[in-house]
Amino acid sequence: MDKKLSPFNVTSLVFGFTFLYLPIVLLVIYSFNASRLVTVWAGFSTHWYGELLRNQQLLDAAWVTLRVAFLTACFATVLGTLAAITLTRYGRFLGRTMFSGMIYAPLVMPDVITGLSLLLLFVAVNFDRGFWTITLAHITFTMCFVCVVVQSRLVTFDRSLEEAALDLGCPPFKTFFVITLPIILPAVVSGWMLAFTLSLDDLVIASFTTGPGATTLPMRIYSQVRLGVTPEINAVCTILIGIVTVVVIAASVITKRQEVERQKAERLAAAG
Amino acid sequence: MGAKAKGRWLVVAIPYLWLLALFLVPFLIVFKISLSQDAIAQPPYFPTFDLAEGWAVFKENFSELSFENYGYVLSWDNEFIEAYVSSLVIAGISTFLLLLVGYPMAYAMARAPKSIRPTLLMLVILPFWTSFLIRVYAWIGILSPEGLLNQLLFALGLIDNPLQILATDTAVYIGIVYSYLPFMILPLYSTLEKMDETLLEAAADLGCPPLAAFWKITWPLSLPGVFAGCLLCFIPAVGEFVIPDLLGGSDTLMIGKVLWTEFSVNRSWTVSSAVAVLLLLVLVVPIVLYQNVQQRELEGR
Repeated sequence: MDKKLSPFNVTSLVFGFTFLYLPIVLLVIYSFNASRLVTVWAGFSTHWYGELLRNQQLLDAAWVTLRVAFLTACFATVLGTLAAITLTRYGRFLGRTMFSGMIYAPLVMPDVITGLSLLLLFVAVNFDRGFWTITLAHITFTMCFVCVVVQSRLVTFDRSLEEAALDLGCPPFKTFFVITLPIILPAVVSGWMLAFTLSLDDLVIASFTTGPGATTLPMRIYSQVRLGVTPEINAVCTILIGIVTVVVIAASVITKRQEVERQKAERLAAAG
Repeated sequence: MGAKAKGRWLVVAIPYLWLLALFLVPFLIVFKISLSQDAIAQPPYFPTFDLAEGWAVFKENFSELSFENYGYVLSWDNEFIEAYVSSLVIAGISTFLLLLVGYPMAYAMARAPKSIRPTLLMLVILPFWTSFLIRVYAWIGILSPEGLLNQLLFALGLIDNPLQILATDTAVYIGIVYSYLPFMILPLYSTLEKMDETLLEAAADLGCPPLAAFWKITWPLSLPGVFAGCLLCFIPAVGEFVIPDLLGGSDTLMIGKVLWTEFSVNRSWTVSSAVAVLLLLVLVVPIVLYQNVQQRELEGR
């Protein structure tokens, strides 16, 4: 059934992917440049990676970023999943329109508005700004992304499985953990990962909601980038790209394997 | 209330209250501050929402509200209106360019052999997972006067003097198109992939040339994806701050950048709040449209 791509389609794919990947590839190549000048190639060297390990400020920022992202992803996954259940299962309830509005609005809201409004909230309630304010802000905007991801899985969910469990006397809470959660797990996991990377990536909201003592990696990179391009920053970026690539590929392999297993189990169940 | 109803109630209440406290209330505060005078809204800023002091104080605060800041932002001798307009223009042009670049890619992906589609999809999503800041930063090295693009053009003998691309609006367009491309491709791909190809075969059997078939069948059927993709790119592009700051020049005016400057350099919280409220008003129509598209997409399945 597979047809060959027309030359036009091949061309647009080649150009498109070159456009998407060339800048990243160049950045990685130049992180191994021996020269301090970013644009002149002076031979291969891992000098800048060594520099990086001695840069305490960058390491501290990376540590803050990872902790924020981890906490954010965990809380946002729980809140986002609850919100997704609410939106797909609860039909009409008082304030539903407002609830779905509050879920979809942060997805597209410009970061500057979200950041400014959260900062003003933290100031108004006199909350010390720093690590925790960044985390709260990140949970708030990432839970909406988690919700959309989980929701798209829940709408295609076969509810008869849950009903069967309930009919057989399984309490609702247990039904959720035994039946529902395992089935929507791939979506929950990708929601977690999405929240994690969105938090790692965020510059604007973190800059607004931070206080003394909490600088995230994007904030540190940003302040250095404005002073000029350096091979050291290229090296940080390369490491980040490497980590993300490995994690994403691993995750997709795992979900694919799970999917295959699930289909196999379903076929067996149908045959049996 | 039984245990079951209580559990049900909790599932709604937790995310609902969270969003009320950390999404809606902050907006009300922004709105409130945008209506205050600078003296009381400048840091150190005292909470005006002190409920402990009771309703009377709240009412008193309420009577002090003024629209002065809006008058200031909307007066002609300020750069704000210009910044709003230029943000909308830049976001509009970028969205159009995104459609031009993204549509052929999404189309080719949807027509690719089924076996390689997941890989192609993965290749589109992968850059989205890498830091947005890094991707914008990568372009600085390419576009700068002594950058790789100029070196290449020079080596090919196409130019004698380096082109000034960095610090112009062109660089901002390149940056936005580059960073937002996955947001455009994914909704387009999902509508094009769902399309029933027998319609095209029928058209071909009836003697319709491929280009006309595209225009009369594929394009109209892909409109929901076009619409979703354009909104998904246009709305955040209007408020974009990092890209114009890093790639744009001093004369690139975008409202996100202006808001940030007003807030962090001029330290006027009232004016930046008013700018934010007005930016939101500009975006209300696209956001509501987006929400409807999203709702239909999820419920229509």
